Amino acid sequence: MSSITVGSHGHASAGHGHSDHSVGSFISTYVFSRDHKIIGLQFLFSTLLWFLVGGLLALGIRWQLAWPWQSMPVIGPMLFSAEGGQISPEFYTMLFTMHATVMIFFVIIPILAGAFGNYLIPLMIGADDMAFPTLNMLSYWFMWPAFVCIILSFFSPGYGAAAGWTSYPPLSAVWESAPSSGAAQTLWLLGVTFVGVSSMMGSVNYMTTIIQMRAPGMTMFRLPLTIWGMFITAVLQAFALPVLTAAGFMQLMDRMLGTGFFIPEQLVVNNSIAASGGGQPLLWQHLFWFYSHPAVYIMILPAMGMVSDILSCFARKPVFGYKPMVYSISAIAGLGFIVWGHHMFVSGMNPILGMTFMVATMMIALPSAVKTFNWLGTLWGGKIQYTTPMLFALAFVSMFVIGGLSGIFMAATPVDIYIHDTYYIVAHFHYVLFAGTAMAVFGAIYFWFPKMFGRMMDETLGKIHFFLTFIFLNGTFFTMHILGAAGFPRRLADPYHYESFQQLLPMNRFMSICAILMVAVQVVFAFNFIYSMFFGKKVGRNPWHANGLEWSAPSPPGHGNFDFQPIVYRGPYEYGSPEVDTDYYPQIQPPPEGVEPTDPGHH
Amino acid sequence: MFLLVPVLGITVFALAINNMWPMKNHWFPVDVSEHGHMIDGLFNFILYLTGAIFVGTGMVLFWVLWKYDAERVQENVMYTHGSHTLEVVWSILPAATLLFIAIYQMDTWHSEKMAYPMLAGVDNVLGTDDDIRRPPIAEVTGRQFEWRIRYPGEDGVLGTRDDLFTVNDLHIPVGEETVITIKSQDVLHSFFLPNFRLKQDLVPGMKQQVWFTPTTEGEYDIVCAELCGWGHYKMRGRITVESRADYEQFIVSLQEEQQPLKSPIGQVAAQ
Repeated sequence: MSSITVGSHGHASAGHGHSDHSVGSFISTYVFSRDHKIIGLQFLFSTLLWFLVGGLLALGIRWQLAWPWQSMPVIGPMLFSAEGGQISPEFYTMLFTMHATVMIFFVIIPILAGAFGNYLIPLMIGADDMAFPTLNMLSYWFMWPAFVCIILSFFSPGYGAAAGWTSYPPLSAVWESAPSSGAAQTLWLLGVTFVGVSSMMGSVNYMTTIIQMRAPGMTMFRLPLTIWGMFITAVLQAFALPVLTAAGFMQLMDRMLGTGFFIPEQLVVNNSIAASGGGQPLLWQHLFWFYSHPAVYIMILPAMGMVSDILSCFARKPVFGYKPMVYSISAIAGLGFIVWGHHMFVSGMNPILGMTFMVATMMIALPSAVKTFNWLGTLWGGKIQYTTPMLFALAFVSMFVIGGLSGIFMAATPVDIYIHDTYYIVAHFHYVLFAGTAMAVFGAIYFWFPKMFGRMMDETLGKIHFFLTFIFLNGTFFTMHILGAAGFPRRLADPYHYESFQQLLPMNRFMSICAILMVAVQVVFAFNFIYSMFFGKKVGRNPWHANGLEWSAPSPPGHGNFDFQPIVYRGPYEYGSPEVDTDYYPQIQPPPEGVEPTDPGHH
Repeated sequence: MFLLVPVLGITVFALAINNMWPMKNHWFPVDVSEHGHMIDGLFNFILYLTGAIFVGTGMVLFWVLWKYDAERVQENVMYTHGSHTLEVVWSILPAATLLFIAIYQMDTWHSEKMAYPMLAGVDNVLGTDDDIRRPPIAEVTGRQFEWRIRYPGEDGVLGTRDDLFTVNDLHIPVGEETVITIKSQDVLHSFFLPNFRLKQDLVPGMKQQVWFTPTTEGEYDIVCAELCGWGHYKMRGRITVESRADYEQFIVSLQEEQQPLKSPIGQVAAQ
């Protein structure tokens, strides 16, 4: 890896006004802080803890699939001692519901937008903080009611929501339909709604900040792709979330007030007749996916941006096709609003409508392909430094290809008839979200850790973490494609109940062992993270010799971020520029005497 | 290591497709319907196409990583911000391919979900205006956690007093185009016949029809593929494909069992 030196940007123009950032008491500095960096770190720590919870829930699922009805370690004797540690099927249903809920709503969305969005946006655009610091603080603290609701959901009748993370009515809306459809489901709905409120506050703030608070010279086309990813994500959230919030309240009313938005006539559930009627279960699916499909892009666009930044930095080369990258992010977002129906090809939706969604879905693969080719173009002809963040970013590219290509199968409506709700789908979205986004998040943590804490994470441990995670994740998820081709359905507590799937047990064991090892390897990461926070090698402003504005601020940046007024002269990817002798060319560095500023970023 | 991704990836698929150890019977279950090969063919077409792209990008990635390793490269990096020509090329090629796939599959989708099977009308010619819709051979109702099956009985009409009932046991004659009405009594279910490449969600409040033509006699699974509650996993039915004679024998045995006196018991049970 590159040597570590103390950055030396001698801009001693400190002392311009940051009077609004007076340092207060411990509580106002670290707890109810309005500083975007503290809020970002609060999001980061919370989401990493939830990541652990989500991972353990996943291990519960894997245990049951590999050793069905055998005493589940720890949980079995604790909760099901009467049954000899054998978990109940409703417990299994709860496990996968909560695994998805935690991972999507409490880990991926808040770690990308909440943690990295908060931490990086003001630093990367050269602002001293967010546009609305108080709103920003509230966006974090509105996650806490969500945390509380979900934790309570585990302990309320039903003991964890168990209607799937998609919460399809009538199963989710009618109390009689499941033992788990008690207060646990109501709390789940409230929890998800609070996450929505938090995200909405964040997205309004991000949009305003990116549009209004860029440093002098920071034009939109000089923004790092990370910021473009965050910006488009904020737009997606702002326009899609109200629909989910409305749908959530409709389901709450169906449950609590006896309305019948999603409950059809003459429903006989569990031998009792549902009180209300006149609704349509498919309505929920349309409303839910109208948000939750764009949410898939909310969960990947910031990751794509961060990966672009990391790749360019360690290839020591400008991003290939900056503008096509921006346009493809925007195209993904635009098309993302008209493809939700591809979750509903076999749902009973009109098949003609299915065809239009199919064409839109096929086309959304295009901008993803363009991005992949541009990443390869970025690497081509560079000088690649294999640091830990770079390895994770490369893993993202490599894995995203798999996740992207497998999406074409389910976009093809007739093929989807067969693979819908099988492990083919599970393989696909884990390749996008875990092998994709989570790898990008790890890369981003290793990359920006020195900025956050002023210390490096250990490279050796980082590489061990990378190699083992990469191997085990493929062992766990690649084989899911094969299960899917064999028709193995999702969400079955005991798939071997069917003769068709009995031969798949050994492969499931293999996958579960890989999954257990993969979670175990994260101990290396946790140790590295905590150890490096306190004992890591101290670094200066710019340990990676990167160009972005955040690398000209102190590490860690104090209140108000910059100790000088940043002025931006060029785009963030001027590595290997012939204008200067160094192989990097920070955005704030004025061009040398006599050199006409070439400005590829500015048009 | 990044080379291993395409190499191992292809190996796993190759083993599964060719039914080799350790992945015996890890590929598509045997197809016993007339239209199933269209879906399998489409899957394989996309598999080979994406497989080629997967190997291609994987190899390029590996080659770039090996060739441009900072420890190997002495000269300066290629200082470039992109190429308009390349962007156009790698936008148009995938766009054309994707559009081709999109259009190519439309026929299959149409015959699976839109072209309701018709019978020739009085003129005995199929495809004329007086064609009639083929009546369903049975009605399958999903409920927590079983499949209730109703046959129309002697009059061929569902919902009359001579209807016959079974639970989780669907019989159909081989080689005949089969229409089944599906509905749900309580929550969402999904009627999944892996061996027939058929899947359709059951939505309470909606009556839908599915159709297929079985080609091989035998007993196969009916799987519920939409989460329907705690007992979702055990909502298993069986579909028996048998000769016309065996099928009629089965219906007769049901009649003897359920309607010895032609009593209105069917009507009551239907409620």
